[in-house]
Amino acid sequence: MNILPTNNNAADTLLKIASWISGLFILLFFGYLLFDITINGISRIDLGFFHNTPVNAGRQGGIFPMLISTLWILALCLCIALPIGLATAIYLAEYTNEKQTLTRFIRRSLNIIAGVPSIVMGLFGYAFFVIALQLGFSILSGALTLAFMVLPLLIRSIEDSLRAIPQSYRLNAHALGLSQWRIIFQILLPIASQGILLAVILSIGRAMAETAALLYTSGYVMRTPDSMMDSGRSLSVHIFDLSMNVPGGEQSAYASALVLIVLLLMINIFTAFISQIIVNKSIR
Amino acid sequence: MFRTGLITTTIILLSLFVSACEQTANSPSTATLPSDQLTGELSITGSSTIAPLAAELAQRLESKNPQLRVNVQTGGSSRGLADIRQGISDIGMVSRKLNDNEHDVQAHLLAQDGVSIIVHKSNPVTELTTEQIKSVYLGKISNWQSLTGRDKKITVIHKAEGRSTLEVFLDFFKFKNTQIKPDIIIGDNEQGIKLVSRNPNAIAYVSIGTAEYNMKAGTSIKTLPLNGVEATTEKLASGQFPLSRELNFITKGKPSLLTQAYIDFSKTDEAANIIKDFGFVPVK
Amino acid sequence: MKPPTSLKTSVLFPLNKDKILLLGLRVLAGLSVISLLFILFYLSKEAIPVFKNIESIKFFTDKSWHPLSGEYLLLPMIVGSLLIMAGAMLFSIPLGIFAAILSQFYAPAWFANVMQRLVEILSGIPSVIYGFMGIIVIVPLLARFEAPGTSVLAGVLVLSFIVLPNIVLISRNALSQVDAIHIDNAMSLGLSRYAIIRHVILPQAKSGLFTGIVLQSGRAIGETLAVLMVCGNVVQIPGSIFDPVRTLTSNIALEMAYAMDDHRSALFLSGLLLMGVVLIIILVAEKISPRENTV
Repeated sequence: MNILPTNNNAADTLLKIASWISGLFILLFFGYLLFDITINGISRIDLGFFHNTPVNAGRQGGIFPMLISTLWILALCLCIALPIGLATAIYLAEYTNEKQTLTRFIRRSLNIIAGVPSIVMGLFGYAFFVIALQLGFSILSGALTLAFMVLPLLIRSIEDSLRAIPQSYRLNAHALGLSQWRIIFQILLPIASQGILLAVILSIGRAMAETAALLYTSGYVMRTPDSMMDSGRSLSVHIFDLSMNVPGGEQSAYASALVLIVLLLMINIFTAFISQIIVNKSIR
Repeated sequence: MFRTGLITTTIILLSLFVSACEQTANSPSTATLPSDQLTGELSITGSSTIAPLAAELAQRLESKNPQLRVNVQTGGSSRGLADIRQGISDIGMVSRKLNDNEHDVQAHLLAQDGVSIIVHKSNPVTELTTEQIKSVYLGKISNWQSLTGRDKKITVIHKAEGRSTLEVFLDFFKFKNTQIKPDIIIGDNEQGIKLVSRNPNAIAYVSIGTAEYNMKAGTSIKTLPLNGVEATTEKLASGQFPLSRELNFITKGKPSLLTQAYIDFSKTDEAANIIKDFGFVPVK
Repeated sequence: MKPPTSLKTSVLFPLNKDKILLLGLRVLAGLSVISLLFILFYLSKEAIPVFKNIESIKFFTDKSWHPLSGEYLLLPMIVGSLLIMAGAMLFSIPLGIFAAILSQFYAPAWFANVMQRLVEILSGIPSVIYGFMGIIVIVPLLARFEAPGTSVLAGVLVLSFIVLPNIVLISRNALSQVDAIHIDNAMSLGLSRYAIIRHVILPQAKSGLFTGIVLQSGRAIGETLAVLMVCGNVVQIPGSIFDPVRTLTSNIALEMAYAMDDHRSALFLSGLLLMGVVLIIILVAEKISPRENTV
C-alpha cells in the first residue's frame, strides 16, 4: 500500500470513483455468490460431513475421501510444479534478457500452454500419464497434469517479481563478491517473496478450481485413495458430478462448494504463514 | 486473526490426518477373511449417465467384500466401448443399444431409461401429440399460441450429437438431426432440467428418472404424456411407455470371476432398489 | 540481464555451485518447452486421421456441424470462442485494474485486506459453480429481455467473473512491485496522486499488468464447463449478443464423450485449431506489448 498525496483534482476524483465502483461491484457480486453458496449448503453440513464417505452417490453421507484426494493432488502438484517453476523463472529472470530468442521461445510456449483448454489438457493427461506412462487413473496422474496447467502462471508471476527487483541489489551483491547462488537464494528470492507467495496462491487457486482435467486423470472413484497410484476424485469433480450429473445432488454440491471455499481460505493463510517462516530463515 | 486462523487450520488439518490414519487402520485383517469373499480389482469405464449408479453398486459390493476394489471412471459411452475393446477395462458402460458393427462385445442389460418431454410446471399444456412435437422441433410451430393460447415464443431445447437420448428421440419421431432447429443445446439431463425449471416457455426431452426425481423434490417442471401414456417409470416398467433407451454393461470375451460377480450383483433385488433410486427401471 | 560476473572467469569462483546451478536451471527451464511439444504432438497425432477422409475446406464451407451426417463446419465455433473471450476480457480488464488501483491506493488498509482474501478465494472456485450460478441467475434474467437467455452475453458475463479474480490479484501485485524510488521521486516533484498513478506507476507496472492479461486471455479462451452451461451451444454465427453460440471448447466437451472415429479426430483438430488461435493472439500481443517485443 503506497502512501500518496491526497490532493483532489478532478482527475483524481474520477479515478477514485471508478475504482470504488469496480471494487464495490466485485465485492457485491462475489459476496452474493459466497452468501448464496453458504445459505444453500450450510444445512447439509455437520461434523459427519467431514468424516464420512459419500452415500447414495454423494447425496448423503460425507466428503471425506474427496478431501483427502484434493489435498493429496494439491500437495503433489505443488511439489512437482514449484521446483520446476521456480527454476525456470529464476533462469529467465537472471540469466537471460528480453531480446534473446530462447526467452521469447520459452515465454511463447508458456503462453500457449496457458491457453490450452482444460478439457484438452485432461485428454492429454489421460493419453500421456494414464495410458502411455501407465500410471493409470491416479492421484499422481492428476497432480502431473495439474502441474502442467499451473506452470505458466507460476513461472510468469515469479519471473515478474524477480525482474521487478532493481538492478542495484544485484550489482551491490556482486561488488561484495557474493556467489550467484547466494545472491539468488539469500537476497533476491526473499525480496521477491511477496510475489512468489502470490504466484503460489494463484496456482493453488487454479489447482483447486480445475475440474475437467482431473476428471480424466485422477478419476471418478469415490473411495479414499490409499496411495498416490490410486484413483480418487477431487472436490471439484465431486461438485461437478453432483450438480450436473446426479439428480437431486444440488444441495450436496453447494455444501461441498462451501467446504472447498473454507479449505481454500485455510490453505492460503497457511501458505502465507509458511512463506513468512521461510523468508525469515533465509534472511538470517 | 492471522494466528487464530493458523492455529485452527493446523488443528483441522491434523484431525483430518488422524482420521485418515484411523480409516486405514480400520480395514479388517486378512486372518478372519471368509473364504468366499471376492478380492482383487475391477475396472469399469464409460457412460456418465450410468457412472453414478455403477459407483453406488460398486460401493455396495465393496462393503460386502472388503478386499475388493471396484474403480468406476467416466468418459462417455464411446470411451466405454473403446476401453473394452482395447482390454483396458473389465466392464464398459454404454447408455444405448449396441450397433450392428459392435457385436465383438457382449451386452448385459442393466436397466431401461425412459425419455420424456418436459415443460415448465406453469405451462398450461397437458399433452402434445406426436405431430405437434415434431412441428415444434422442426421449427414449424414456434409460438405457444397455437398450442396453449399464450403468446410466447417456444424455447426449444435439444441434445448434443452422439447422445443416445437424442438418437432414440430422432428415431421415434423420425427426424434427421439436420432438420431440427433448436434454441438451446444441452449435454446432460440435469442441465435441461435446470433450464426448463426457470423458463416458462421452454420444452425439452430428458430421462424420465431424472425428471421424476426432480419433480418429487419440487423442481418446477412436469412431464408430458406420449401417445396418451404418462411418462412415469411405472408405465415404462410395464412396457406401455413407448420411448426408452437401454443402459448396458458390456464385456469382451469370457468374463472373469470378479466381472461376473459384479454383473450378477447388478441383477439382484438389492441392486434393483438402487437402480430405482436413480430413476431407472431395472430389468426383470 | 546477464550477471556481470562472467562464469568463465573461474579465477575467483571456480566451477562448483554456480555452474551446476546454471545447468540445473537450464534443464528445468527446458522442461517447460518440452511439455508444450508433448501436448502439440499428442493433439496432432489424434487429429491427423481426420484428414484422410475429409478435405480441410469442409471445415469452413460445410453447411453446418453435424458430424454424424458428415458435416464439419467449424467456423461458427471459432467465431464463438473469439467473441466470448474478447467480450470477457473487455469487461474484466478495466474492472480488474480499477479494483486493483482501489485496493492499492484508495481504500483503507482493512478494506484492501478483506478484498485481497476474498479475491484469493474466488480464484479457486471451480468454474462449474460460476456456470451453475449462470444458469440459476443470469440466464433467466436475460431470458426476460430476449429468449432463450443462454447467449453470448451470458457467456461473456460468466467468463468475466471467472477471470476477474486473477486479473485483480496479478494487477495489484504488479502495482505494488513498482520501485518505491520512482514514487518518492514523483512525490518530491510535487505530482498529484492521479498524476503519479497515471504517469509513473501504471507505465512501470505495464509489463506485469500485461502478463496478467495475456495469461487470463488464455484461461478465458480455454474455459470449458462454465460456457457450456450458459451459452446455448447452438452452432451458428450469432446475430446479436442475445443469440446462443457454441465455442470450440464446449464442442469438445459436449461431443468427445460420445464421438467415434472421424468425429473424434475432428474434435481433436478443433483443439489444435484453438491452440492456433491462441498462438495468433499471443503474436499480436507481442507486437503491442510494452516489453521490447516479448509478452
